[in-house]
Amino acid sequence: MNAIVLDKVNKWYGTMHVLRDISLTVATGEKVVVCGPSGSGKSTMIRCINRLETHQEGSIVVDGTELTDDLRSLDTIRREVGMVFQSFNLFPHLTILENCTLAPIWVRKMPKAEAEALAMSYLERVKIPEQAKKYPGQLSGGQQQRVAIARALCMRPKIMLFDEPTSALDPEMIKEVLDTMIGLAQSGMTMVCVTHEMGFARQVADRVVFMDRGEIVESGPPSTLFEAPKTDRLKLFLSQILRGD
Amino acid sequence: MSDRTQPPAGLVGPIPWLRKNLFGSWISTAITLLLIYLIAKIVIALFAWGVVNAIWRVPYNQNGIAQTAICQDAKGLGACWAVIGDKYRLILFGRFPYDEQWRPAIVVVLFVALFVLSTIKAVWRKGIVSPAVRYIALAGAGLILLDNLAGLLETIAAVGFGQHLPLPFDLLAILNTVGKCLLIAGLLLLWPAIGVWVGTLALILVLMFGGILGLAPVAVDYWGGLPITLILATFGLAFAFPIAVLVALGRRSTQLPAVKMLCVVYVELIRGVPLISVLFMASVMFPLFMPPGINVDKLLRAQIAVILFAAAYLAEVVRGGLQALPKGQTEAADAMGLSYWQKTAFIILPQALRLVIPPLVNTFIGFFKDTSLVLIIGLFDLLTMGKIALSDPPWQSFSTEVYITLAAIYIVFCYGMSRYSRGLEQELNKARGR
Amino acid sequence: MSATAADPRVTAARKAPKRRMRVSWSDPRFRALVWQFIILGIVGGIVWYLVFNTNKNLAARHIATGFAFLHRVAGIPIGESMISYEPSVDTYGRALWIGVLNTLKVAGIGMVLATILGTLIGIGRLSGNWLMAKLTGFYVEVMRDIPLLLQLLFWYTALQGLPAPRQAWRVAELMDGATFHLFHETFANWQFGSGMLLSNRGSRIPILNWEPADNWILAAFVVGAIGTFLWNGHANRRQEATGIRPKVWPVAFGLLLVLPLAVWAGFGAPLNFEIPTLRGFNFQGGGTISPEYFALLLGLVLYTAGYIAEIVRSGIQAVAQGQWEAAGALGLRRGAILRHIVLPQALRVVIPPMTSQYLNLTKNSSLAVAIGYQDVVSIANTTLNQTGQAVEGIAVIMAVFLTISLSISLFMNWYNAHIALVGR
Repeated sequence: MNAIVLDKVNKWYGTMHVLRDISLTVATGEKVVVCGPSGSGKSTMIRCINRLETHQEGSIVVDGTELTDDLRSLDTIRREVGMVFQSFNLFPHLTILENCTLAPIWVRKMPKAEAEALAMSYLERVKIPEQAKKYPGQLSGGQQQRVAIARALCMRPKIMLFDEPTSALDPEMIKEVLDTMIGLAQSGMTMVCVTHEMGFARQVADRVVFMDRGEIVESGPPSTLFEAPKTDRLKLFLSQILRGD
Repeated sequence: MSDRTQPPAGLVGPIPWLRKNLFGSWISTAITLLLIYLIAKIVIALFAWGVVNAIWRVPYNQNGIAQTAICQDAKGLGACWAVIGDKYRLILFGRFPYDEQWRPAIVVVLFVALFVLSTIKAVWRKGIVSPAVRYIALAGAGLILLDNLAGLLETIAAVGFGQHLPLPFDLLAILNTVGKCLLIAGLLLLWPAIGVWVGTLALILVLMFGGILGLAPVAVDYWGGLPITLILATFGLAFAFPIAVLVALGRRSTQLPAVKMLCVVYVELIRGVPLISVLFMASVMFPLFMPPGINVDKLLRAQIAVILFAAAYLAEVVRGGLQALPKGQTEAADAMGLSYWQKTAFIILPQALRLVIPPLVNTFIGFFKDTSLVLIIGLFDLLTMGKIALSDPPWQSFSTEVYITLAAIYIVFCYGMSRYSRGLEQELNKARGR
Repeated sequence: MSATAADPRVTAARKAPKRRMRVSWSDPRFRALVWQFIILGIVGGIVWYLVFNTNKNLAARHIATGFAFLHRVAGIPIGESMISYEPSVDTYGRALWIGVLNTLKVAGIGMVLATILGTLIGIGRLSGNWLMAKLTGFYVEVMRDIPLLLQLLFWYTALQGLPAPRQAWRVAELMDGATFHLFHETFANWQFGSGMLLSNRGSRIPILNWEPADNWILAAFVVGAIGTFLWNGHANRRQEATGIRPKVWPVAFGLLLVLPLAVWAGFGAPLNFEIPTLRGFNFQGGGTISPEYFALLLGLVLYTAGYIAEIVRSGIQAVAQGQWEAAGALGLRRGAILRHIVLPQALRVVIPPMTSQYLNLTKNSSLAVAIGYQDVVSIANTTLNQTGQAVEGIAVIMAVFLTISLSISLFMNWYNAHIALVGR
């Protein structure tokens, strides 16, 4: 069964055409990395998948549920899809543990003790159980992003979306977050990642999708895409990325 | 791939805009309809009262007394704008001699010009810094000092020894005026902004007081209306600002704990009490403070109160700007070996003050409105003149019209200033975001 | 930090050496000391000079300093007072105390009402409805551009323009049109609306005649409140244990509203209002709101609400969009996001500017003197005019406001520290 199916999705901001006929199918358990220059619409696309943005044409089906204005379908999808943001977006007024238990308690209706045990198990998995009683402001960027991953996992999602999870981090913290994501990928989670980390893409991705100006330009396994780019746009992009490294 | 660039119909244009912003849900639709109904009702009623049924002119009897019977008949149905036509000179300029009222009128224009000029960035840049210009300004200051010194000596001689000094006072007075002109010209060239402010404020005082350049002298007791409001607020700002900067620096001082304490007490004391109590202090306690025989007039006393009050609030605004500066700036200045005053004048203040312009303008709007409180201690500002106009028997019952007019004047000034400060704020935010 | 206390680097074997100050202009500490002496000397000199002049002037005018006048009979007529007062017997001290109470009465109620109105308008500013957002924005702009004193005078004159008690407006009659039909019917039947009267001698409202049955209704309400509180605790525990939170609002509705109403019906639904009636030229019975108090309260609330609305708006906007998105992505609904994520954070942003608005409102209540409401400034002003004790009168005003300001700041600072965000 396919986890995510996008069919001819179009989106406009005012008169600006930001997504153009995007069609993409992600199988259950598949790991897809989306890359492209800034402003290419990759973040917009991933945000459409859990309806933080609404698309205006075409259809998006997530885990068998089509995304519409219906609030119930929204609730269903948001429970099944976890998301990690570039800027972490932890809740600064809640402790790490409370950040992780909030949604299980109020959305999944889990007893508090159970939710806390679950949260601790995920905090252990991202290797920061000792920070549980602290507040987000007391943690480093890398630690915060790992908490954000744990927080999303506490809802036991079937699909995880990552929107440039390492872009806001200092270089020495990128690795700890990527290691966490690699571990997650090895556990069989369905993942869609917007990222520029080519090493991560090579190691983990089943497929890389290159977007530019709102369109999917090329897609395929990382080895073919990176070794033998077909389009000039991708060649240009790769040369810029590699120079940047 | 698609090469459409236009979104499908029904996503942009006025109709989708309406659907999104006014009829987004049934609650939104209900609110929109209710509001439209209420607004229409109010606007129609106001239009009928203020325009259609309004009375713009009333006849006068042979004694020149307004016959307001038609206004009385129309009361509740139509506004009586005739009261404004009859009283606008009194409200705007108070009891300033009628034939000389062109002077306060120019003063109001000068104030507006000063505000507008102050919004132009070029005015705040540095002017021509050359030794020659500096000498012009210094020479001007010297001439003024000379005259004052002579006056002081004369006073000492007269009071202490009962004798007059054989000094050429006429010449000194002329030299004083020349000195003032030189000083302002020098300042204009050196720092255009300060020159513009000092020059305009001096010109305003000349126009109000008169007594030179062939202008008839007018005593302060005859001043009134809009100029008083503008003078209290603007002079308050101009004099409070330097004090505020010093107090803010004092409050941030780590080396001088006693001075810091003094500044904290001053700021918190003033900010803890209402303006009206400071004004009462100026009106009833100030005369007790002065040595017997010295009288300071009411307007000056209120002006001092406004300055002291404004300085405390401005000091907090300036302190906010100082705190917002990154610590690296001070450290960099220290590393360059600058002294405290050099560091403050060249590095810290220019940056901090730029940050605080928007809150500064907002504070000024506050003072501008607060000057209306001088009504309570019996000064003739705009609001007081409105009340005095209403005490004229034929017009007594038309307060709504007068109050609406006064409100409109205040709104024009305050709205203009708040728009300016909001524009600046957005500019600053954009500059910071980049 | 408690962790650093155990740090061996901090509890070093040797203390840093203390350097002695040199009496030399090149020692910064000596220089600082000299500057402080000079500045304090100048300020002290000015203060001494002013005090010297004041004493001399007071002696010349034969005014005795001190607060002895507080024990003298005041003779100031006071229109409204929360405690008993007789001008020919009571002292200046008591008159001033009444002033303080009147200030607190208008400031306290003003704060509550301005907060409610300001919050509503602030939320309106953020409404998705364009017309609503623009209209509330217009309100805020107009309120902030007109001096409060002008607004007070306007409202006071408007209230004075009401008819004399003989032709007083009945609130019920003012409510015309279909919109208010239901309201009208309900209250007209109870003689409630017709008992609310607006006149230039003040607004009269009916007050309840207290009967034994009312005690039971009150008791039922208190029981209901306790029950709701207990049920809420129970709901919290159930949620912790099972994850399912029992609904609280139906219980609260039943206990707080239905129960007292049932008790009331059980006593035969007695309703006995003391309706104001016209006797001679004024009203008897019922409660009064004086036009002075009403105008002051109205002006203060409408004016301050304009500022509070902006604070509420910027507070909600200060919560980053990412917080909404992150909570939404976790599956929380809009209401839950508001309650658990946005409001707790907005509250922290809002507290400090809200404090200064409460202080402003309290200080602005001193404008009462301009429309004849007898707050502490007004009574102190009368006192100092009668007795000539200018210094003491102003000292009383300042002391009262400093005390109120300090209390509000202390409370709000404590509350702010209580909920402050923990950062690095």
